[in-house]
Amino acid sequence: MRNDVLILGGGVGGTIVANLVSKEVGDRARVTLVDTTGTHVYQPGFLYVAVGREKPAALRRPETSLIREEVKLVVDEATLIDPKAQKVILKTGRTMRYDELLIATGSRTVLDEVPGGAGAHDFYTMDGAQRLHRALEVFVAGTIVIGVAGIPYKCPPAPVEFAFLLDDYLRSRHIRERCQVKLLSPLNRAFTIETTSKLVQPILAERGIELTGFFNVESVDPIAKTVTSLEGETVDYDLLVLVPPHRGQKVIEASRLGDERGWIPVDKNTLMHTQFDHIWAIGDATNIPISKSGSVAHYEASVAAAEIAAAVKGEAPPVHVYDGKVMCFLETGRGQATTVSFDYDHPPVSPAPSVFWHWAKVLFNKSYWHTVPQGRL
Amino acid sequence: MSITIARSLDLKGLSCPLPIIKTAKAMKELAPGQLLEAFATDPGSVPDFKAWSQTTGNPLIEFDQVVGVFHFVLKKKES
Repeated sequence: MRNDVLILGGGVGGTIVANLVSKEVGDRARVTLVDTTGTHVYQPGFLYVAVGREKPAALRRPETSLIREEVKLVVDEATLIDPKAQKVILKTGRTMRYDELLIATGSRTVLDEVPGGAGAHDFYTMDGAQRLHRALEVFVAGTIVIGVAGIPYKCPPAPVEFAFLLDDYLRSRHIRERCQVKLLSPLNRAFTIETTSKLVQPILAERGIELTGFFNVESVDPIAKTVTSLEGETVDYDLLVLVPPHRGQKVIEASRLGDERGWIPVDKNTLMHTQFDHIWAIGDATNIPISKSGSVAHYEASVAAAEIAAAVKGEAPPVHVYDGKVMCFLETGRGQATTVSFDYDHPPVSPAPSVFWHWAKVLFNKSYWHTVPQGRL
Repeated sequence: MSITIARSLDLKGLSCPLPIIKTAKAMKELAPGQLLEAFATDPGSVPDFKAWSQTTGNPLIEFDQVVGVFHFVLKKKES
């Protein structure tokens, strides 16, 4: 009898697992991928859309163009997971049974959790990035504030990268001297990782980007145009860009498979649910103490795929487990970038920013469609 | 003389920057002069708590470490 492998979420993690499991198990399982839109979106490109350096269409492809023919795509939304009955109920009322389930549903942003914050700009969705771009196009002078309104959030380097890309953008329009750029950081440094902070802080200073530490955004007054921190400080703005609070998806909360924010508890090495057999979770959806980023989902995917394939074949789980590997590029503006690469046991050492890493990022972004979802990289 | 702790936070297992951010949120709920204690295992929390205390003016009145668990006591500043 054929097994049913069900994958929820057609982002980077879910797509890689669907392809690798299908390739590995052949006819021994039916692999079904459920995705809410059927369109694969390359989220790292949102930053570039916000500053007008990328077109939205370049960041979208039909999911069917990225999955093997053997993988069945169902465009629908999972609304309830029943781990005891091993089934998933979809929005249209359909019920999907599974033998092995991968949850790769990612995270969602909830800007309206910030009092007064609903109207703030963000670059965490395609709509948000496009709206921010439209606002920047008509911006001619004043103070642009970039703040963080909740931890954890996707892509930890993003606020710093955005500050640098924004600086480039304002200079290209010859309005930089009429604009102030302020970066509000949750810690007393630009970035969680101290060594990377030491690298980027002098560059922020050189570009005239003002860094304010220990400023955890708590509320916004959109009439007075002020943003206030948990620590009690208030900053004025003309244009506010917030990293929104993030949560797990509603289906996780409705199914009580996660913690109070909807993050799924998994073993940080095997990526299996801590309470339920036959369920794995990867990417933003989990509660493991590592960055929420496409890079993490990418590295986790091969581990989860090997474990699911072994389960289908009735073999012992593979020895190779997820070691916490993360690798992110960090744009520092003026055509340069650095990287942040580490794992559970090895702290990162970021190389000096250079054009090499910027072009490596550009090349990775361009080659993504032909390498990553297929599990080739 | 014993001290009265108004709020105790278990932040063990959380990694930077969550311990200090959860602490900042909890401190906001306290009345001036009240004490909060926090237990954390992330070594990065030690410089973060010290720097947060200095920057925000909420004194760190106790700090010790027992078998890999850091224990902080912060006092909410007078408004």
